Order: sequence, then C-alpha cells, then structure tokens
Amino acid sequence: MVAAAKRRVIPGFGLTLGYTLVTLSCFVLLPLGALAVRTAQLSWPEFWATITDPVVVAAYRLTFGASAVAALCNAVLGLMTAWVLVRYRFPGRRLLDALIDFPFALPTAVAGLTFSNLYLKDGWIGGFGDRLAGLVNSAGASLGYPALIPSDSLGWLDFAYTNTPTGIVLVLIFVGLPFVVRSVQPVLQEWDAEYELAAESLGAGPFTTFRRVIFPEIFPAWLSGSSLAFARAVGEYGSVIFIAGNIPGKSQIAPLLIVQKLDDFQYAQATAIGMVLLLASLAILLVMNGIETWVRRRQTA
Amino acid sequence: MMLTRRNLVGAFGAMAAGAAFGPARAAADIKLLNVSYDPTRELYTEINDGFAAVWKAKTGATVTFEQSHGGSGKQARSVIDGLKADVVTLALGWDITAIEKAGLIKSGWQTRLPDNAAPYTSTVAFLVRKGNPKGIKDWADLTRPGVQVITPSPKTSGGGRWAFLAVWGGIAKAKTFDLTTPDGNAAAKSAAEGATSFPIYDNAEAKSFITTLYNSHVPVLDTGARGATVSFAQKQIGDVLINWENELWLAKEEFGADKFEIVYPATSILGEPPVAVVDAVVDQKGTRAVAEAYLQYLYTPEAQDVIAQLHYRPRNLDAVKKYSADLPNVPLFTIDAAFGGWTKAHTTFFADGGVFDSLYKPAQ
Repeated sequence: MVAAAKRRVIPGFGLTLGYTLVTLSCFVLLPLGALAVRTAQLSWPEFWATITDPVVVAAYRLTFGASAVAALCNAVLGLMTAWVLVRYRFPGRRLLDALIDFPFALPTAVAGLTFSNLYLKDGWIGGFGDRLAGLVNSAGASLGYPALIPSDSLGWLDFAYTNTPTGIVLVLIFVGLPFVVRSVQPVLQEWDAEYELAAESLGAGPFTTFRRVIFPEIFPAWLSGSSLAFARAVGEYGSVIFIAGNIPGKSQIAPLLIVQKLDDFQYAQATAIGMVLLLASLAILLVMNGIETWVRRRQTA
Repeated sequence: MMLTRRNLVGAFGAMAAGAAFGPARAAADIKLLNVSYDPTRELYTEINDGFAAVWKAKTGATVTFEQSHGGSGKQARSVIDGLKADVVTLALGWDITAIEKAGLIKSGWQTRLPDNAAPYTSTVAFLVRKGNPKGIKDWADLTRPGVQVITPSPKTSGGGRWAFLAVWGGIAKAKTFDLTTPDGNAAAKSAAEGATSFPIYDNAEAKSFITTLYNSHVPVLDTGARGATVSFAQKQIGDVLINWENELWLAKEEFGADKFEIVYPATSILGEPPVAVVDAVVDQKGTRAVAEAYLQYLYTPEAQDVIAQLHYRPRNLDAVKKYSADLPNVPLFTIDAAFGGWTKAHTTFFADGGVFDSLYKPAQ
C-alpha cells in the first residue's frame, strides 16, 4: 500500500484529493456540522421532548411513510419504464426518453401546484367521474335519451386527493421517477442479450431468465435508484406543500414543521427535527447500501 | 447563541444585499428597505410613491424603495438574521418584539408612534360563496354540521393568529368598543391599561368551540394569508374563509364580486399591524431621519386615504367616516384589553405546547 501511495500511474493525486476534501468540507460537512452544533444547544430532555412530540412523530410517520410508498411505486414503475425504453423500438421513444428528465427540470413548486389543481374535487382528475357522467348524459341527451345515468353515479371515479396523504404520495412519485429510470437504464443498455439466449438454450423460461439472469444484474442499480428516490422524497418541500393539507397530525409533513419552528424563532428545535430526518435517511441509505454490497459479493462469490 | 448565527447568516445577507446597498450614499439618493408581511404589496407600492414625492418636495432628495414581502414570522426572522431592513411593517406586535429581543430595535417602539405604532388596522371577517348557501352569519355558525372553514395556520401566519383570536373572543363574548368614535377609542385604551386579569383565557366554551372548529371543520391550513385566500377562491375549497378583511376584498375584486360575499360577524377583533424603525440598521446606514419620516407619513390624511382605498381601516376618524360604506362599523375587541397583549396571547395560544398545539394532540 505504502509503495503504491508513493508511485502512482496518474499524477496529481495530492492536488485532486485536496480539492475533493475542500469541496466536501465546504458544501457537505460544514453545513452538517452547523446543524449538529445548533441542535446541541438543546439539553437532552429538551431534544427528546421536541422529537417525541405527538405532532412531530405524526409528521415523521407521514414523511417517511409517503416517501416509502412513493419509492416502492417508483421502483416498479421506473424499472418497467427503463425496460421499455431500452428493449423496444417504437415511434416517439426518444421524446419519451427526454420526458423522463422533466421532473428534474421542472421547479418543484410548479409541479406541486399542477398536481394540487388536478386532484381538486373540481379538477380534471379529482372530478373525473362527475365530468364523465356529464359527458355521457349530454351525449345521451343529443341522441334523445336525457339523464341516461344519475349525475353522481360515477363518483367512484373522482380521485380528489388534494390535501390528503394520497396526494402527497402522487407528487413524490412524480418527483422520484427519474432517479430509478436513470439508474437502471445504463445497466440495461450495457446488458448483452446473449446471456438471455444462453439461459433460454439451457431450458429457462422467460420468467426464470428474468429472475435468475437479468434481475441480479440490474438489482444494485435498481436498489440505489430507488433509495435515491426515497431520500429525495423525504426532503421534498416545494412540491408537497401545495398538496399536503398541513393539518397537524394528519397531513403535515416534517419539512413544514421545520419551517414552522423557524417562523416561531425556535432554531434549535427546528434543527433537532431536521437532525432526526437526516439520521433516519442516513440509516436507511446505509441499510440499502449494505444490501447492495451483500448482493454484489454473493454474485461474485 | 444568537450572535454566532447572526454573524454567519449576516454575512450571507450582506452579500445578497450588497448590490442594493453599496457604501456610497449621496444625499440625493436614499434607499430604504421596507420588510413587510404578505398581503401589503399593493399598499406599499402606492404609499412608497406618495412618500417619495413628499420627501423630494421637502428635501430635494430622491428616495427609492426596496420591498420585501412574506409571512410575518419569516420576515422577522430574516431581519434578526441580518437582513438590513430600515423599517419593518409586520402583521403583529409579537414579531417586532422578537426583533426587539434580538437587540435591533429599542424597547418602547410601540409608543414612539401614535396608536400603538399601528398606522392602520384591519379586522377579521368571513368570505362566503354568493348567496351565502350555508347561511354563515356569526362565529357560532362555523361549527354547524357540514360547514368547511378555510383559514391560515396560526402557527405560521399572522393573519391566522388574528383569526384564531377573533374566533376565541367572538365566542367568549369579549368586551367590544365602537372604534369609529373618539370616546370608543379612549375607552378601549383605558380598558387596556386598567386590565389586570384576563378570564377570557379560561373560557370553556371558547376552548371547546375552537377545538371542534380546527379539528373537524378545517380541511387545510395554509401557511400564509394569501395561500388561504387562493385555496378558498381559486381552488374552491370550503364554505367560508376567515381572513384579514383586506384579503377578503382582494379575493372579491380579483375573482369577481358575483362569486363571493363578505359577511361581518356581530363582533370581531381589532387587528393592529404595527410598524417600527430598525434602530440598529438606520443608525449604521444613517437613514434614521428619512425612515422615521416615512413611518410618520403613514398617519397623514393622504396616506390614510390610500390605506382605506385598499380596504385597510384607517386610524384617522375622518377617513373612517368617509369610507364607512366599504368598511362598516363592527363592534371590535382589542388584543390589549381582551387578551393582555401579544406576549401573553402568543405564549398561551401559539407557542410550542400552547393551546393550538394541544388541539391536535391525540386524546390521552
């Protein structure tokens, strides 16, 4: 090791390592340190009382719960999307591929506003059933059958999710989708179809081929994409704020509680809540990483 | 503890504000930063133009303004964290008190200007859909079955806090005053000075009403006054909006008088959004004279007219009379006489572990 450190094939190790450390310190470690210092201004009982307050706990549960559900949906939807984009050729594929990045580029507040308007009870999706019933009835009337169906008979097709936890999940799916697609896509692209042919020639059906041959290969990328989507969802504020109802204990997310504490000049309490979010996300990401490493090892072993 | 943070954030604040407030300040070119709360954009656009003309005529100097608007608590926090505001014009006294506690405003700011340093007032009323289909006429109607109420969160919005206090005082039948007369104003003032105990905080009826209201009738708590207006008027959520009177007018004018009606409850609260010069900043920048003149200008008949035209309630009783068609006389209770001032109201109702928090605690 020591010998290797003295003679490297590529020059400039000292310079680039220094640069990396400075960047990391300035933009990651310093803010994290400030967060810890600020939180440390609370005594232990104060800290504990802040983070175990029922309203705060409910906000954590909502934030992590909605993020987990959204990440799971994204894991499935994102994998399918990546698969379709890589394995099939169809008109409009490039356009679709470009659209995947849309949630990255769109200001989150715009996404939040759009979603909350769509899922209002008068919105396109929130009032879909009522609109459909209206359409059916007006079409019926023009054919001579007025009031074909009761105007509220399609109420089960009204997806009025604004100001509900379901609405939060929907926005988080939107925000997180590209993470999974963009993680899995390159691996699928590199994948050599000969392995599939080999599996087939050895008698594996399509399902077995996917389960035993393809999936293990894309699993690490898929898992890390899903974790990224989850982590992003936990911290998401701009978009969620428009669709969450902000009712304490019911539809209030943890990041909003932080803002609320700040507005009440309680910096230490705000950072305490942030600290818990951070540690929980970190723990979850570590576990995901652990699984990923374990799977890789098992594959190579 | 405040100091370290202020230094840190102050550095960034100074960087951000650097472009606007360069070191060179010729007498002929003064820049003032007015940090205000959410709904006053339109108001200060007009007031600033008026004052600039007056100041130019008087001294020959040109004043230009920078305006910042946002939630009152957030704005106070920015100033504490180093935003170089010459004057603050916020939604409630508590937020200016917070700046005072940080050492940037001298104590006694509330008596340095007339009328509790609030050059205009407002009140809290209802906006309902045209024809008032749910028949909302007074506070007690808000918790009738099937009524959905939109109001901003008292945790993040000054307007939300005034609305909460208005409901509490309305249900608890707080003593009201006729503030359109000099006698009424004097009575309110002496009641505030003479009050020693505030039984209104123990009013069981108000407590249970507030609990029912926020738990079962409020489907969404927007973070700011404007957000609540948008939820009600544009997103069409709820049957009644409880908000600043001036916000109700704005909704009516913006979205069409054929869609909404303003309903005044039998009694309401006198909302006093106060103003103050940020001593630490004006002394450093040398803008004290102009900043003080600016705030005094708000009390002139000319500014009081602008205030009334934008649906805030003027302090000047002549202006009150002149605009009484749009701003009807409602018997009002005051925060000082009924609740013993902001510090007490804030600690009891809105601070962590206060009454508002307890509303959402699951039953033990």
